[in-house]
Amino acid sequence: MSRQYVIRRLLIAVPSLFGISIILFSVLALAPGDPFSEIAANPAIPPEVAASLRAKFGLDDPVYLRYLHWLAAMIHGDWGFSFASRIDVDRLIMQRLPTTIIVIGAAQLLAILVALPVGVLAGTRPYSIFDQIANTLAFVGFSLPTFFTGLLLILLFSVKLDWLPIVYSTDLSSTGWQWLWDEVKQSIMPVLVLGLFQGASLVRYVRSAVLDVVRLDYITTARSKGIGERAVISRHVVRTALIPVVTLVALQMPAVFGGAIVTEQIFRVPGIGSLLISAMLSNDTPVIMAVTFVLSCLVVLFNLIADILYGWLDPRISYR
Amino acid sequence: MASAVILLLIVLAVLIGPYVWRVPINEIDFASKLDGPSWTHPLGTDDLGQDILARLLYGGRISLAVGLCAMLVAAIVGVMVGAIAGMSRGGIDAALMWLADLFLSLPQLPLLLLISYLFRDALTKLIGTQGGIFLIVVLVIGGLRWMQVARLVRAQILSIREKEFIEAARALGASSIRQVVRHILPNALGPVIVAGTIDVANAIIAESTLSFLGLGFPPDIPTWGRVLFDAKDTIDIAPHWAIFAGSAIFLTVLTINFIGDGLRDALDPRRVL
Repeated sequence: MSRQYVIRRLLIAVPSLFGISIILFSVLALAPGDPFSEIAANPAIPPEVAASLRAKFGLDDPVYLRYLHWLAAMIHGDWGFSFASRIDVDRLIMQRLPTTIIVIGAAQLLAILVALPVGVLAGTRPYSIFDQIANTLAFVGFSLPTFFTGLLLILLFSVKLDWLPIVYSTDLSSTGWQWLWDEVKQSIMPVLVLGLFQGASLVRYVRSAVLDVVRLDYITTARSKGIGERAVISRHVVRTALIPVVTLVALQMPAVFGGAIVTEQIFRVPGIGSLLISAMLSNDTPVIMAVTFVLSCLVVLFNLIADILYGWLDPRISYR
Repeated sequence: MASAVILLLIVLAVLIGPYVWRVPINEIDFASKLDGPSWTHPLGTDDLGQDILARLLYGGRISLAVGLCAMLVAAIVGVMVGAIAGMSRGGIDAALMWLADLFLSLPQLPLLLLISYLFRDALTKLIGTQGGIFLIVVLVIGGLRWMQVARLVRAQILSIREKEFIEAARALGASSIRQVVRHILPNALGPVIVAGTIDVANAIIAESTLSFLGLGFPPDIPTWGRVLFDAKDTIDIAPHWAIFAGSAIFLTVLTINFIGDGLRDALDPRRVL
């Protein structure tokens, strides 16, 4: 893979970050409501003071200047102060982000571990009974909204069977192996909900990618050389079929973050998604803006990683 | 086929149901709160003793209407962007497709939450609670989902515009708008219909998610997601409440997805095997 390719991809990612920041800022700028309306309505504050405050915070500047100020602050990590939690927004996000990344990562891993074998098996035996069952289950899987599966799992495992805790807790009292076990026990349901939802749509992608590859001539060649079926599938079919799947995993990232918000909210996982919801319920605008911005950046980052992986997996791409 | 029948039943139930099942959706009766299914309340009652069947039938109208309207918004924007991009080569095409890629990498749910959070108050003041939230949900869900349709339409136009019958229309002096509207779009509609069907399901999920997070419709408008949101805190003592509401969403989305898949098989000429 050429270094040029990586650099070109990086250069493509920068404008999309700018685009996203422009969209976010225009949403904020177009939103009705003036942060200074309370001050202006307060009779104890003379109008000259209110006006000078407005000027000081740049509210009377033209829109593009306000955008540049906002962008500069965002890039510097100066994301403001959370009214509700009484700490800086960037520290708040840094506290919450690792949990989200771990849950999402585990869920994606689970999704891939389920979807790959099932998708490959279904794709190599199209229209068999296995394929039909897998297909139906996949449909059920991505038609079940995450918030409903979450509730069902809580009902089954926490209420009826009483195996797993309902609420995710950050300060477990146990230590050592017991701590690890408790941590696993409370993470099972969020990861399961998110992972199975992602896995269900991934199964269909893997299946159709395998179907596309399995009929190509080089597979027939491999078979006619006398290579065993198992080796043909694992060495020749799966390798090629996985290339488009990498892109699809990356394209799913926005949906994954959406699902993470919902699951974190249901299971009270103290991640960035539940932070977003609680910030909205308490009108904590700096936190809302920062979380949305961070999530957008993460999506762009994952797209970039997928693009680079794609170039590495598929050498035909790199020199275009 | 079975899914089409089930979906039709759901739609009919939601359209006609409130006229047949005449229990008011907001009749509070604490004597029978959180009751399980019975003859007087076939799906049980919620924490205020309100009839769940009546609420689901009424809320279903809004859930389905949001899904359909959001799909229409997405389809209209998508067809227009796709048509403009497909017919104008070069700069405009590249810019529009870059925009589509940009929108594809936006995290939809946070943005949806953000926009409805910021604009909700102003719009509800302007045109009332129900209308305001309906409008915002439809516009935002639709406005974040046009990219797929736009790409499909553009790809179709790029291949169809080189066909002989379009050349013939051009030779007869048809303007490019006429070429697109009369000749190209009717031939490009298949994939758009499939994408549109699946968009309805996605929009229903998006609306339910928003309501489920408590940031969509207010409690007096019992959309399915909202009912589920109200139900989640009593899931240990009244599981029927959440299960019926969730099943309504699940069945609708599942049947729509199956129908979309069936349409794809029927409309896609290069079907597998």
